[in-house]
Amino acid sequence: MPDEQPQPTQTAPSNPAWERVQLARHPKRPHALDYIQRIFTGFMELHGDRAFADDAAIVAGFGKFDDRPVAVIAQQKGRDTKQKLHRNFGMPKPEGYRKAMRIMRLAEKFSRPIITFLDTPGAYPGIDAEERGQAEAIAVSLREMSRLEVPVVSVVIGEGGSGGALGLGVANRVYMLENAYYSVITPESCAAIIYRDSGEAARAAAALRLTAQDLLGLGLIDAVIPEPPGGAQLDYDATAAAIQQTLRGALDALRPMNAASLVEDRYNKFRQMGNLFLSQEAG
Amino acid sequence: MAWFNRQKPGVEAPPDEGGRKVRTEGLWEKCGHCDQIIWRKTLEEAMQVCPKCEYHFRIDARTRLALLFDNGEYEEHDEKLGSTDPLKFVDSKPYAERLAAMRRATALPDALISASGTMNGRRVNICAMELKFIGGSMGAVMGEQITRAIERSARERVPLVIVSASGGARMQEGAVSLMQLAKISAALMKLDEAKVPYISVMTDPTTGGVTASFAMLGDLNIAEPGALIGFAGPRVIEQTIRQKLPEGFQTSEFLLQHGFLDAVVKRSDLKEFLCRAFDLLMN
Ligand SMILES: [Zn+2]
Repeated sequence: MPDEQPQPTQTAPSNPAWERVQLARHPKRPHALDYIQRIFTGFMELHGDRAFADDAAIVAGFGKFDDRPVAVIAQQKGRDTKQKLHRNFGMPKPEGYRKAMRIMRLAEKFSRPIITFLDTPGAYPGIDAEERGQAEAIAVSLREMSRLEVPVVSVVIGEGGSGGALGLGVANRVYMLENAYYSVITPESCAAIIYRDSGEAARAAAALRLTAQDLLGLGLIDAVIPEPPGGAQLDYDATAAAIQQTLRGALDALRPMNAASLVEDRYNKFRQMGNLFLSQEAG
Repeated sequence: MAWFNRQKPGVEAPPDEGGRKVRTEGLWEKCGHCDQIIWRKTLEEAMQVCPKCEYHFRIDARTRLALLFDNGEYEEHDEKLGSTDPLKFVDSKPYAERLAAMRRATALPDALISASGTMNGRRVNICAMELKFIGGSMGAVMGEQITRAIERSARERVPLVIVSASGGARMQEGAVSLMQLAKISAALMKLDEAKVPYISVMTDPTTGGVTASFAMLGDLNIAEPGALIGFAGPRVIEQTIRQKLPEGFQTSEFLLQHGFLDAVVKRSDLKEFLCRAFDLLMN
C-alpha cells in the first residue's frame, strides 16, 4: 500500500516479525540497483512498455552474471525525496509490468535466464493505474511468466507487497533475504481491517506470518538468504555476495533443463502451494 | 452510478456480507439504487434485477448456477475441500471459528461452488463465488477448486465460466492465499494452450487479487452492469490520492470504456451470450 513509509511506532515488545518488517523498510536498506551494480557486469537498462510510458518503479535490462548474459528485472525504490517520487515509492503502474513482460519475452527469445528482484509495498493504487488496467497487467504477467521457456529466479530483497510483488515472482526458484517480508496485505492495512487501527500493525505483522522463515515453513519459498548481523543495511557487499552465491547455485541447477522441463518445474512448484492446508472432510 | 458510495443505514445483513438488499417486509424488497418497492415475486421473475432502474441485486452462488444451467440442474465438484487454517490466524475471533460459523450459515465449505452441467445442451464447467462467505475471499480451498476446474476443462475439452464476486485474496490465509493467484494463472496458461475457451464473468464486486489474476484472464472478459471492478478498492485509492473519485469510476461501464471488457451483459442476456460465444469459439 502507498504512503506507508517507515514511521516511528510505539516500542513493540519483542516481535521478531515486526522487527523484520522495519528492517525490510529501513531507510538505508540496499535497493535493487545497489545489488545489480554489485552482482552483474555491464548492466544495460532498457526502457518503456512500447505502449504508454516508462515506469521508473521497475528497472529492466540485460547484464552479465559470471560472464554469461541474463535479463534482470527489479522493483526499485528511491532513497531521497526526489528519488522516492521518481520511483513512485517502488509502487509500479501497469506500464511497469508491461515493460517487465516485454523484457522477459526478449530474454526468452534469446534464451537468456531471467532474474527478478522483488521490493515493493504494493502495486500503485491510483486512478491512472486503474484506468490503464493495473489488475490486467499483473494478471497477464502471472500467466505469461508461467509460460516462459527459460530459467526464472526471484529474490524478495525487501518488501514483498502482495500481488504487486508476485507480479514479477512466478519463478522456478524463489528466495527471500532474511529480513524481507512477503505478504498478501500490508500489516497496516490488515490492522485497519481486523483491529480497526492501523497503529496495531505490529500485531498484524505477527499474525500474518510474513517473514522469510514463515514462508519457508509454509512451503512457499525455496530458501532464506542470510543477511549480515543487524541487517543488510550494515553491509551491502556481503549481502550482495550472499545473493550472488544463491543465484549461482540456482542457475547452475536450472541451466541444464530444457524448455519443457523448465515450464513444468515452475508449474508444479506453484500447483502444490497451499495444498498442505486442505482437508477433505469439511462441509 | 452512485450506489457504491451510498451509505445504507438499517441494513439487516451483517456488515461484512456487503449485501445491498434492504429488507422491508417478507413480501417486498426495496431497490438499493432507486428506492422502488418491488414485489419479491416480481424481482425473482426478473432474475433479481430492478424492473424500474435495472439495478442488478447481488445474488448468491446457488441462484447464479440455477439461472445459468439448463433446468437449474448441475453436479458439484470438490465440495468437501476445507481449509485447515495454515496460519492459525486470530483476529476478533479465531479464523477456525469464523470458518465454522460461515459453513453453518451458508451450508457451503468455502466461498465457491464448482459445478458442471449443460447450457442449451452444451456441457460447461462453471465456478460461482459466494460473496456471503467471508466476502467471497480466495484462500487455498478456492485456489484448489478453481485450479481443478481449469484442469477438468482442459482434460475434457469443456468450456469454462468463472463468475467472480469477491473482495480478493483471503487475508486470514496470508501468503498461502497470495500464491493461489499464481497457481490459478498458471493453470489458465495450460487451458490457453489447450485452446479450450474460458469466459470470465465479473459481478459486483470483483476486486483485489481475484481481478489481478483469473478474472482478467478470460478469452472473453465480461461483466454485469454497474458492478464494482478494480485492483485497489475505492477507499484505498481515496486514502492514497486524498481526493474524491470521479463518478462511475471502477464500474463495469468504466472498464468497458477503457478497453478492459469485451462486453457488459445484462443478467437476463447472460446465458444466451455465453452460449453464443462458445458456439462462435468452439466446434
Ligand atoms: Zn431500482
